[in-house]
Amino acid sequence: MLTIENLHANVGDKEILRGINLQVNPGEVHAIMGPNGSGKSTMSNVLVGHPGYTVTEGKVTFLGRDLLSLPAENRSHMGMFLSFQYPVEIPGVSMTNFMRTAINEKRKFLGQEPLSPSDFLKMVKAKRDLVKLDAKFMNRAVNEGFSGGEKKRNEIFQMAMLEQKLSILDETDSGLDIDALRIVAEGVNKLKTPETSVIVITHYQRLLDYIKPDIVHVLYHGRIIKTAGPELALELEERGYDWLIKEYEDSEK
Amino acid sequence: MQTEKIYTDLFVQNRQMVDDGSCQVLNSQRQQALEALEQYGLPVHQEEYLHTDVSQWFQPDWGLNIQRHKIQADSVRIQHGTLPEGVVVETLEKASAQNPALVEKYYNRLADMKRPGIAAINAMFCQDGVFIYVPKNTVVEQPVQLVSLLQSPVSMMVNRRILVVLEQGASLSLVMTDHSGAQNPMLATQVTEVFVGAGATLRLYEMEETGVQNLRAAETFVLQQADSNVQMGCFTLTNGKTRNSTFVTLAEPGANLQLDGAVVTDRNQHVDNFTSVDHKAGNCTSSELYKYVLDDESTGNFYGKVLVRPDSQHTASAQTNRNICVSKKARMWTQPQLEIYADDVKCSHGATVGQLDEQALFYMRQRGIPYVEARMLLMQAFLNEVTDRVQVELLRERLHLLVEKRLRGELNQCQNCGACK
Repeated sequence: MLTIENLHANVGDKEILRGINLQVNPGEVHAIMGPNGSGKSTMSNVLVGHPGYTVTEGKVTFLGRDLLSLPAENRSHMGMFLSFQYPVEIPGVSMTNFMRTAINEKRKFLGQEPLSPSDFLKMVKAKRDLVKLDAKFMNRAVNEGFSGGEKKRNEIFQMAMLEQKLSILDETDSGLDIDALRIVAEGVNKLKTPETSVIVITHYQRLLDYIKPDIVHVLYHGRIIKTAGPELALELEERGYDWLIKEYEDSEK
Repeated sequence: MQTEKIYTDLFVQNRQMVDDGSCQVLNSQRQQALEALEQYGLPVHQEEYLHTDVSQWFQPDWGLNIQRHKIQADSVRIQHGTLPEGVVVETLEKASAQNPALVEKYYNRLADMKRPGIAAINAMFCQDGVFIYVPKNTVVEQPVQLVSLLQSPVSMMVNRRILVVLEQGASLSLVMTDHSGAQNPMLATQVTEVFVGAGATLRLYEMEETGVQNLRAAETFVLQQADSNVQMGCFTLTNGKTRNSTFVTLAEPGANLQLDGAVVTDRNQHVDNFTSVDHKAGNCTSSELYKYVLDDESTGNFYGKVLVRPDSQHTASAQTNRNICVSKKARMWTQPQLEIYADDVKCSHGATVGQLDEQALFYMRQRGIPYVEARMLLMQAFLNEVTDRVQVELLRERLHLLVEKRLRGELNQCQNCGACK
């Protein structure tokens, strides 16, 4: 599904990603952990085409296409989704209008007819139920006045509406209480199929109790310094990152 | 005073012709208008006109077009529906023939000629105009639309005049649309006087859809009596250069005013909205919201003055002006002015000039909405806050559509509506 080879990226003159290699296959759940400032959010932003980052080296292939040559909107049309750590409020643009535009743009890209209003409404109803998002949110402006939990549920709702293939959840657990966390995680799990993949970026094991990863990576200083099974997350929870960083730095000497 | 002299001379030389083409009520004000223009002049660079030199618009000698373009007697006609008994929608000439005392009582009473402006030159030259009168406690259910259509192969100056009187407890929705299909330069001055009686309700919307060669200098004077409610909305969709000056006096307690405006400009268009709200009595409210979206090398100005007089206690006033420059060369000036002399009041103002929200743009693109479309949605959303406040539903829907078309660049050419055929 996704192959990242030797990815380097800058913010301004500062190099943040220093050679990332990652392979995500259909149906897999990857967790990316790492201390603050290690480049986790940069990686997700680069993958979805945020204009604030410059790729200086490397190659990313998504569903057989050269991802880095595509604008952000086309990456989305192909099935890439980023659940924002801080979902943006868009005053004056209603959820319904926003969602309908997004879906029909994707359908246009795929050469499909726009969704009929009744099909759209049916779809909204089904996907809302998935994350227990109240109907009233559809008439409100995107994320405006939503609580932290509502914003995150809204992200998963949009992920469901767009039926995306690869979803990156950037610290979706931050600012969520236990109940909201469970609802969000359940939503992600229900959307999971053998054809879709998830990259979970998180600081904490807690989210991984709900969304079980197949593979866990540790990102440090712009590189993946450790890749292992789900047991790694538990070990990190217990021991922190220091021992891993030390191991990595020793091996670099 | 060189520019003014072109017109004062023109008036003196052609006075007979000006008077002959018009009616007594209008003629009775011309001498005063001449003297006012000689004394106060056209606006040059006074503080209130810093970014719009209106006097320059008059520098080419526009001459007079009195005989060539006399307003037809049937040019005011009710096209759809009927009006309640006693309601008058008529030319000033006809109305003053039928009821001279009524027109005389109100004509040129609110328009302030004793300041640099266009009220004097308008009163000096205007040949006719529109008179709208709603008697006591009469409710006009259907909105009344007044269409100004400027179309001529000859460049010319027109001086429009509108007088609106709502007696006590009356209610009216008035939509004024300003159109021009002219490809050549045109100058329109427009003076609107509005009397709103005690407890009366007026919704007054103006929409400009003219061309790049059009110059519009409009002055609107509103007087509100006790417990009256006025909502005004001024929408500039396409234009050349525009100056709208709005003066509202809240003369008696309990009057409420909502004063809104939305502007879309591109190319080298210029729009200047000047508003002055005079809280002359206590317990009145005023709420102002103006928003601009400026593209290309267009320029905009907003000057909003709120005066709260010493005895106007319990005034509540809010003024907001928000602007987005979507290109690097677009310019916006904004000047909120609050003058407060009473101590028990609640007044606020805010003005911003900024760009589209980059975070929001990226968020939308991540969800598959292309950049151009995302920009469109953000600009529309920004302006909809103003259009959503319009209380005439059909107009609100129409404005939503027109704003969208305008932002997509589909409103710059003639829509072939058939109005000028």
